[in-house]
Amino acid sequence: MQSLYRLKESPSQTAGPYVHIGCVPNFSGIGGVYEEDLGTTMVNEKTKGERIKVSGTVYDGTGTPLKDALIEIWQADADGLYPSPEEHRGTADPNFTGFGRKAGDYQTGEWVFETVKPGAVPFPDGRKMAPHISFWIVARGINIGLQTRMYFPDEAEANAKDPILTKIEHQNRVPTLIAKKEGDGAYRFDIYLQGENETVFFDF
Amino acid sequence: MSLTNQRPAASFFARDRGWQPEALTPQYKTSVARSPSRALLSMPQTLSEITGPVFGHNIIGPLDNDLILNFAKPGESAIGPRIYVYGRVLDETGRGVPNVLVEFWQANAGGRYRHAKEGYIAPLDPNFGGCGRCITAEDGSYEFRTVQPGPYPWPNRGNDWRPAHIHFSLFGQGFAQRLITQMYFEGDPMIWKCPIVDVVPHREGIESLIAQLDMDSTVPMDARAYKFDMVLRGRRSTLFENRLEGN
Repeated sequence: MQSLYRLKESPSQTAGPYVHIGCVPNFSGIGGVYEEDLGTTMVNEKTKGERIKVSGTVYDGTGTPLKDALIEIWQADADGLYPSPEEHRGTADPNFTGFGRKAGDYQTGEWVFETVKPGAVPFPDGRKMAPHISFWIVARGINIGLQTRMYFPDEAEANAKDPILTKIEHQNRVPTLIAKKEGDGAYRFDIYLQGENETVFFDF
Repeated sequence: MSLTNQRPAASFFARDRGWQPEALTPQYKTSVARSPSRALLSMPQTLSEITGPVFGHNIIGPLDNDLILNFAKPGESAIGPRIYVYGRVLDETGRGVPNVLVEFWQANAGGRYRHAKEGYIAPLDPNFGGCGRCITAEDGSYEFRTVQPGPYPWPNRGNDWRPAHIHFSLFGQGFAQRLITQMYFEGDPMIWKCPIVDVVPHREGIESLIAQLDMDSTVPMDARAYKFDMVLRGRRSTLFENRLEGN
C-alpha cells in the first residue's frame, strides 16, 4: 500500500504555572524584553463598533478560581470580518486586531478584555452564526488547550437560530456558553472546567 | 453576506485525540480538578476556527530570539551551557508553515524560573529572563539562542522532577491550530520519569518532543545545537470541501 506521507501533530503539553514568562512577560514582571505583551490591546480610538468589556474567571472542579490560567480570544470585527489572510469576504477594520490574550489575576484569577462586539459570521452553509467570541484556555493541569465560545445574552433571537448552539444535544448546557450582562457594554463569562455547570468545550 | 464566487477558506484535519493527551491524567495531579469530565462536542469548523491572528515581523525585536542577551546587562550574558535551538514548523502534510509566531520560555541553567510564584532554592541569574520569540520563515524554519535549562523539582508526588525542557507556543494560520508544547533534550533520564511527559499516550509521541543534538550545526568554541521540529494540524485541500450552491 502507498503511504499518505502524513506527519502527526506535535503532542500538546501543559502551559504550566509559568506560562506568563513566555506569553505575558511584562505582566509577570519581566520588563524590557518586549515593548508590550501580545494581545494586550485589541482596539484603538478609531476602531469601529460598540465598545464592550468581557470579564470572567476560570473555576476548577472544586469551585476554586484558577490563578494561573492564560485566556486567548479571537473574534470578528463589528462587521463580522476577521482580520486574517484567510478572510476572503472583505477587509476587516484595520484598527481592530481580533486577538486578545490575558492572564488571570494572581490573587483573584479574574481577566478582562476590552474589545468591540463582533458582527455575525456565516456558517459554512451560509446561515448566519450569532455574534460570538472564540476562547482558548490553557493553564497548569490542562494538558491540551480548551476551545469554547462566548455568545451574547442580548442576542436571544440570533442565538436561537445559531447553527452551533442549536446542534448541541444537551440544550440544558447551552446557557454555559452565554455571557451574563453586567451593565452597559459589560459582560461576564465565567468558565467552569468541571461540575454541574461545566462549560461546553468543543472539538473543532 | 454570501460566499459566492469567493475562494472558501479550507478547514483543518480533525485532531487525533487518541494521539494527544487525555484531559484527566491522575499521575499529573493538577489535571484531576482541571479536566472537563464531559465529552468535547465535535462541531464543524467555521471561519471562526479557520482564521486566526497572524503577526508581522515588525513586532519582533533584534534580541527577541536571543535569551542569552535579551535580559542581560550591557556587556554581560546569561550563565549556562550555550545552545542554539533550531528547526521547522510543519503541518501534517509535511509542508513548512510560514509566518508562525513561535514563543518560548524556560528556567535558567540552574532550573529556576523568573516568576513570582516560584520557590526553588536554585538562584536566579540576574542576566536571564527566560522568554523569547520569533516568526517562521517561508520554509517554516526558526532558530534561537539560549542556555540549556536545568531540571526542576516540583511537589506533584513528593519527589517529582521535570526533565530539562523549553516551553513552546505556536500560532498557525487558524485559531484551531493553536498549540502549546514542550521540548526535551536527547539523553535526559528524567524524561521517562516525568508524569507530565507521561500524559502523552504514545511512545512515538514522546519521542517527537525530544530534540536531538546536532553536532553539524554547533558553532565551534561557542554553542552546541539542538534540532526541534514541530507539527501543526494539516489544512485540507479545498478540493472536497463542502461548497455553497453555485460556488
